Amino acid sequence: MMRARWTKSLGVAGFVATLLAGSAAYAAEHVALPEQEWSFNSLFGTYERDAQQRGFLVYKDVCASCHGLRLVAYRNLMDIGFTEDEVKAIAAGYLVQDGPDDNGDMYERPATTADRFVSPFPNDAAARASNGGALPPDLSLMVKARAGGPDYVYGILTGYVDPPAGFEVPDGLYYNAVFPAHRIAMPPPLFDDAVAYPDGTPATVGQMAHDVTQFLAWTAEPHLEARHRMGVKVLLFLLVLTALAYAVKRKVWAGVH
Amino acid sequence: MAHEPGAAAAAAHATGEETTRRDFLFLATGAVGAIGVASVAWPFIDQMNPAADTLALKEIEVDLSAIEVGQAITAKWQGKPVFIRYRTPEEIEEARSVDVADLPDPATDESRVQEAQWLIVIGICTHLGCIPQGQLPGSARGDYGGWLCSCHGSQYDTSGRIRSGPAPQNLHVPPYTFLNETRVLIGQAPETTGGENGSA
Amino acid sequence: MAAPRFKSRIVRWIDYRLPVFSYLHHELHEYPTPKNLNYWWNFGSLAGIVLVVMIVTGIVLAMHYTPQASLAFDSVERIMRDVNYGWLLRYIHMNGASMFFIVVYIHIFRGLYYGSYKAPRELLWMLGVVILLLMMATAFMGYVLPWGQMSFWGATVITNFFTAIPWIGESITTWLWGGYTVDNPTLNRFFSLHYLLPFVIVGVVIVHILALHRFGSNNPLGIDTKGPQDSLPFHPYYTAKDYFGLGIFLLIFAGFVFFGPNFFGEPDNYIPANPLATPPHIVPEWYFLPFYAILRAVPDIWFIDAKLAGVIAMFGSIVLLFFLPWLDRSPVRSARFRPLYKQFFWILVLACLVLGWVGAQSPDAVIRVGEDWGLPVLWIGRLATVYYFAHFLVVMPLLGIFERPKPLPMSISEPVLKGGGALATGAHAKPMEKA
Repeated sequence: MMRARWTKSLGVAGFVATLLAGSAAYAAEHVALPEQEWSFNSLFGTYERDAQQRGFLVYKDVCASCHGLRLVAYRNLMDIGFTEDEVKAIAAGYLVQDGPDDNGDMYERPATTADRFVSPFPNDAAARASNGGALPPDLSLMVKARAGGPDYVYGILTGYVDPPAGFEVPDGLYYNAVFPAHRIAMPPPLFDDAVAYPDGTPATVGQMAHDVTQFLAWTAEPHLEARHRMGVKVLLFLLVLTALAYAVKRKVWAGVH
Repeated sequence: MAHEPGAAAAAAHATGEETTRRDFLFLATGAVGAIGVASVAWPFIDQMNPAADTLALKEIEVDLSAIEVGQAITAKWQGKPVFIRYRTPEEIEEARSVDVADLPDPATDESRVQEAQWLIVIGICTHLGCIPQGQLPGSARGDYGGWLCSCHGSQYDTSGRIRSGPAPQNLHVPPYTFLNETRVLIGQAPETTGGENGSA
Repeated sequence: MAAPRFKSRIVRWIDYRLPVFSYLHHELHEYPTPKNLNYWWNFGSLAGIVLVVMIVTGIVLAMHYTPQASLAFDSVERIMRDVNYGWLLRYIHMNGASMFFIVVYIHIFRGLYYGSYKAPRELLWMLGVVILLLMMATAFMGYVLPWGQMSFWGATVITNFFTAIPWIGESITTWLWGGYTVDNPTLNRFFSLHYLLPFVIVGVVIVHILALHRFGSNNPLGIDTKGPQDSLPFHPYYTAKDYFGLGIFLLIFAGFVFFGPNFFGEPDNYIPANPLATPPHIVPEWYFLPFYAILRAVPDIWFIDAKLAGVIAMFGSIVLLFFLPWLDRSPVRSARFRPLYKQFFWILVLACLVLGWVGAQSPDAVIRVGEDWGLPVLWIGRLATVYYFAHFLVVMPLLGIFERPKPLPMSISEPVLKGGGALATGAHAKPMEKA
């Protein structure tokens, strides 16, 4: 009996050790990310609307020259607080291809709110050609598509530091503390005051990185807040249901045990 | 059928107090479970309703500035063709001089347009759903100057009303609102209480 | 067994012509179940419920999904963003797959511990292994459908293993792919089969339950029920207990769906598939990791090259389970009365967990032990693989011969009624329930 319990504890300990070793081995291969506090990460987490609106500006003025956002529609911007008129105006600033017209020709027209974000390049080959062979990835899902999520994105943007002594960085690449292998093709995109925030928030690199990460967290997971809200209701409901079910079970089994 | 005698064997009749408390517990648990099942059902039903990107195309804005007098364009709205015709004064006159009582589907021209020169109708024949001819310059318009449906011969006039042929109703008028002189929003009726008859 | 007289005339009318109500009443309501089942017996009904959840969410998702290589990824994102409650349905389906495997693995280990695979339940066990295989095929194909990087590359790696089959391997693989690589034809047929197989699983589950009802459930003591004093009608006792267990399960399930929906997943699958860019680490979903570890653990063996040997070992590790009732010859079912077997059972659990961890590591990963020496993860994987096979092929047969089991109780009711004593003692220990 004792032996059995001992081996059972061994099994449990083994499982926990497995998890820890797994994460340790994983971390050893990857760079330790500067962990941030994100408003949306907790159980009742929500997005920061202000930060996301500023982050959209950062995207539009800095990132959009190379990175697409093709899974997001202009109308979605109303979710982060822009009015319908503002969104129409934003959309109208982009041209989308439409057609064919009655002559069979394709033509360009201003985007409507129903259209999705126009990518800076028509296809990947054009993107590579303009960027020395490197492909700037679409950012719609970036926060979910990388281990570390928002910490990774923030880390990249704030990770352009001087390389350690002796570290070779070939021409055309830049040292980045967070990017795998530390050599990234993207030049540092953020400089202090690169974007003029209309609400007067000082546009430091850290601030812009924070804001654009909040924005990209939303583009990757637009329904997070609804999910959290529903989750709280569902869990509370299930707690009540399970408690009732337990009471029923005990009642039903009362005579048997 | 031998049951283990337990306090809750299905047919047990305990004392009144015990029974009602137990029954209440069972009833409450069953009811809460039923509420759960019903709440879970809603997302499965609602997911078949139009999705957000489909709803975004519920209305379209059409730019009328490029259309010349006498010309017509076809816009696509909710998957359907919408005929937008810039009517000439003669066409308007023709539409208004008909005795409404003679029409198979009586309707005045005034009730079918907001701005007299702009006729906006859904280009689907009300008989069996073909798209009538008459949009392109030079195409057959039938005897009444409007549209001719080549499927079964229905003919519409310059107000889109059925004049002859098997179609039972006039070409339907979609809800629309003029945003300004040259832009019309198809899919939404004007908010003013005048309804379709009021000018934008 | 007297059939009940149903109160509703409509029900009686139908039942007279098609006795489905009487049948269900017999199989679910009055059906005698051992009275001493513990919570490890909840997992069968949980598995059935998860199967229904997966089918319903899957059908609904299929209303919006497009099985075309250039459209699949975007159609899934459309579900997540634009379809009403699409994000909820997708996350339920995605996490439901993981929950399904958690529940089924526990259900399997329960069977291993309590000897539920022994006579007369051998066929019941084998049907279960068939269900497991079908689940694995379904899950594998389902993961390909979003057409992310892991979808594509996981499919490429696994389907490539068929090339290991001598002579006909290449043709079989080309036939599977419908081309010369994983591409649109592969995606389309995986969608068709992914839609089909769950209904095949339903069929096998029905037969699995029929087989179960032939002799009734096993129980923690592993001894047969002797009469009505040892059992309870399934309703209301086990319906109430299953309802409670379901509540606990749903709490955990909802926890993942609403607060950790991507916990079991891989970030790389949020990148659209790119046949020209291989991800640095190709990992299957967590529930395949132990098999992945076995696959990679096997070296060249004699004239069989490592790739083929690995494939044989991987499939062998599951096929082995079919023969379990004949590998374990001990007439005692439950590990409660098999002290040695119990130890080895927990070592098996540990080995499987270790294999799972190994499967997630890079093949050349090394654990730093000393200053200049590291323990290759590969060796850990090999050790665990050897144990896995040894457990079934060596340990269990030997235990059947050499183990001295503890004496079994006289009956199920006895220990319950007399407060845990009443073990038949001495030389005349009640002969083990004949397996």
